[in-house]
Amino acid sequence: MNPTLLVKEYQTINYVSGPLLFVEKPRGISYGETALITLSNGEQRTGQVLDISREIAVVQVFEGTSGIDNLSSKVRFMGESPHIDVSIDMLGRVFNGVGKPRDRRPDIIPEDTVDISGMPINPYERDKPSDFIQTGVSAIDALNTLVRGQKLPIFSGAGLPANALAAQIARQSRVLGGGENFAVVFVAMGITFKEASFFMKNFETTGALERVVFFMNLADDPTIERIATPRCALSVAEYLAYTHNLHVLVILSDMTNYCEALREISTAREEVPGRRGYPGYMYTDLASIYERAGRIKGKDGSITQIPILTMPDDDITHPVPDLTGYITEGQIVLSRDLFRRGLNPPIDVLPCLSRLMNLGIGQGKTREDHRNVADQLYASYAYGRDLRRLVAIVGEEALTELDKKYLKFAEEFERRFITQGDQNRSIEQTLSIGWELFSMLPDEELKRIKIEYIEKYHPAYRAE
Amino acid sequence: MIQGFVSRISGPVVIADSMMGSKMYDVVQVGEDHLSGEIIRLEGDNAVIQVYEDTTGLKIGEPVHNTEEPLSVELGPGLISSIYDGVQRPLPALAEKSGCFISKGIYVPGLDKKKKWMFIPAVKKGEQVAGGDVLGTVKEFHIDHRVLVPPDTAGIVSEINEGEYCVGDPVCTLDDGTQISMIQKWPVRKGRPYLRKLDPEFPLLTGQRIFDSLFPLSKGGTAMIPGGFGTGKTVSEQTLAKWADTDIVIYIGCGERGNEMTDVLTEFPELVDPRTGLPLIQRTIMIANTSNMPVAAREASIYTGITMAEYYRDMGYDVALMADSTSRWGEALREVSGRLEEMPGEEGYPAYLATRLAAFYERAGRVTCIGSGDRTGSVTVVGAVSPPGGDFSEPITQNTLRIAGTFWALDTNLAYRRHFPSVNWIKSYSLYLDSLDGWYNENVSPEWRDLRDKSMYLLQKEVELQEIVQLVGPDALPESEKAILEVTRMIREDFLQQSAYSDKDSFCQMEKQFLMLKAIHVFFDSVSDAMVKGVSLRQITSLPIKSELSRMKEIDDIGKIHELIGNISLKILALEVES
Repeated sequence: MNPTLLVKEYQTINYVSGPLLFVEKPRGISYGETALITLSNGEQRTGQVLDISREIAVVQVFEGTSGIDNLSSKVRFMGESPHIDVSIDMLGRVFNGVGKPRDRRPDIIPEDTVDISGMPINPYERDKPSDFIQTGVSAIDALNTLVRGQKLPIFSGAGLPANALAAQIARQSRVLGGGENFAVVFVAMGITFKEASFFMKNFETTGALERVVFFMNLADDPTIERIATPRCALSVAEYLAYTHNLHVLVILSDMTNYCEALREISTAREEVPGRRGYPGYMYTDLASIYERAGRIKGKDGSITQIPILTMPDDDITHPVPDLTGYITEGQIVLSRDLFRRGLNPPIDVLPCLSRLMNLGIGQGKTREDHRNVADQLYASYAYGRDLRRLVAIVGEEALTELDKKYLKFAEEFERRFITQGDQNRSIEQTLSIGWELFSMLPDEELKRIKIEYIEKYHPAYRAE
Repeated sequence: MIQGFVSRISGPVVIADSMMGSKMYDVVQVGEDHLSGEIIRLEGDNAVIQVYEDTTGLKIGEPVHNTEEPLSVELGPGLISSIYDGVQRPLPALAEKSGCFISKGIYVPGLDKKKKWMFIPAVKKGEQVAGGDVLGTVKEFHIDHRVLVPPDTAGIVSEINEGEYCVGDPVCTLDDGTQISMIQKWPVRKGRPYLRKLDPEFPLLTGQRIFDSLFPLSKGGTAMIPGGFGTGKTVSEQTLAKWADTDIVIYIGCGERGNEMTDVLTEFPELVDPRTGLPLIQRTIMIANTSNMPVAAREASIYTGITMAEYYRDMGYDVALMADSTSRWGEALREVSGRLEEMPGEEGYPAYLATRLAAFYERAGRVTCIGSGDRTGSVTVVGAVSPPGGDFSEPITQNTLRIAGTFWALDTNLAYRRHFPSVNWIKSYSLYLDSLDGWYNENVSPEWRDLRDKSMYLLQKEVELQEIVQLVGPDALPESEKAILEVTRMIREDFLQQSAYSDKDSFCQMEKQFLMLKAIHVFFDSVSDAMVKGVSLRQITSLPIKSELSRMKEIDDIGKIHELIGNISLKILALEVES
């Protein structure tokens, strides 16, 4: 950053509250501008203007306000909103939450500088996501298909293996018949060093480390920095996708920590709180992050997002998963129940959803029977699960023969279809496991499947 | 001219001073970038402005210029098949000016001023005309776009021209010198006038069995679709936009996903209207204000949409307006209200939320239009609601419930088991049933209401029986009640379930809907008769006729369903009692 002659320094910090500074009598500064704060000991911190009037400017300090005094600390306004330097050389590097290197290697040589808050994509210029991504995970590929340009979060609970699943997806993902022009942007927000290093090791073992950009705001890093972290990372992702034509997968972990930071600022500003103390504008704020996924007409690259979030107390109606679910195009939900029963990955397919699934499946993309198979698996499994509740009360003997078959179906579905550990299954393998499961049920129960597909794919018919 | 200066900036809310003389809801241009905004409060010299664009980079002391006009839309030929943002800026034109990302301070007119339209007069020189009279028509795709005399204008035609004109060119001059063009400007927050409201007597048919057969909506009525995430609100709204039997459809993506709008944009030109055989896009107007676009423009978007709807209604057309989702609109209100530091009502929403919602929904209705010639038109509003956590007790759901005539409650549990449309048949209702009776009697069948009520009775009975089953197991039920469970399962799976993605079943004719329902009831009646004789349920359910019934959805030929209905009782009554 080059200080210009026009830049003024203010020593008029009036009061400091939580992550906020209140600077008196600001002149000629603009909304959303970057502030550089110099402490009495010479340390420098960055902030952003949240609210200005003729009398006062409110500045949120990314690195926290400890050590800032209201006598000798100085604030300098930089004349522009926060920007980040970007370059293709960022691949394979590790940065802190605001894009400064933290791998003890030199600063990058910027190819460009971009505004971290980005601009909304014109909906008319968006291109329809349609490339099937094979993640190798049956519960996702067959039932909740991921496509390029989608944002599909993982709803996890404390202690559930969301990170392992995200790493597995990042490792195995490929597009059928597509080139390997990919990059991963990994964004850590408030996760522990152990979790972050799990990802790093994972990428290292697969040799993909050189294709990954890390943004690290760990649990012991300043909280408010997390507001800027996903925005910095997505700016880099956009640069890689739309300037260098890469297919970028962005993993954001953990969005719950991001929302905590948002709440902290909102509380410090004494705003009217919405549900559970989170600010009323959290939907809009989260949308400004999630909506940066997608594809743009005439550009080769794409941004696919996999945000991970922890549902406090496994509550899917908590504001963080709830608002996320309203913005993202589906969700993958992990279940503690299934985890305890030893399923790996413990994906509870019933509350899962992929809204863009239909764009990525079917003839020419996966297989013609894909939609039907998915619908039938869902219907049969859901019915089987319902029966379990009944069995708990009246015992298995009270069930009809058919219901007993459904019960068995649900069990086998969990044991053979959902459970897969580290296996990397092709979509063909996944679908044929589905058909094997269908052979446990009478044909006339397969109402969701066209008769011609039954004749073509059902093991009983194929054997003939 | 009133010009003031920015004195405070807080997100989308800006306060300007020296604005004395401004009126509420005047449109202003803020700052050197000319961001557009609207005055939402006046305090002495200060005007509080909600800005429709991102305010980052705006400085204290920048000028604010009052245009002294309320927020208006341009109405005229060229609206159909357009896609706009919340304040009627055409998105393709925005893309041309600023590329694939939306930047600030761009002004683009709502209608293409250079395109020529063939105007054919309907009045002659010397005729007396008044507000609402048809001056002439313009072909807008297959729709006769009627050019109307603006509501507050009247006089004697002194000149009227046939030929090719741009929307802004005068086509008619009155004796007092007033020139009338094909374009009208209308403030969005003010409803367009009509002569009188009419009772809802005609259903809005959607081709969706659960809507048309169980909980019908009327033309000019209002419906709400609340549901947690993933329950299929958007799919339902899109399905309605596709298949509703209206002349015009206005689809508002209010604070929703970008990719979904893209989906609509790419799909609608390819889809064909089953009634006219023309691409659906040729009757659709789209308004897209996605969740990451400025929040104040989101607030304006539903008014922009409904004003366009009223404009086509005034021509005598049936218009359906889909708003997805009104909760995002409510949240925009809440955000702006919070920035204004207003005293919050329930859950932080402003106290005037209910008033605003009611005012919006009441702009729906079937009306006799102003102007000579007996024209009736209607605006039907279908609003999606996204209650946080799927909890229907929250303010937007509750306030909408008080005004909406049809309530289609989406259910998370049905969605989890992929029962779509996931409309809960126990919670949903329609207040239009009685007023639509006449139409159904005449056009579908006199039996319809009876079958509908019987189905509802059985579905309600099922809930009670399921409770017993949960306690004592299915074996404890008598055969006759097991038969009810069997039939309700058929109603649920073979009738109510309807896939929006199926080629054959995504749209279902009313006649076929009725026959399908009838087949199920004939089955039930035959089963009851046979069981009186002593035939067991197991015997009946193993008949092939039952699986034939379950494939009714895929039958195109109405005659085959008739045949099926005839066969049911024959097959069942032919069963012998097992010894």
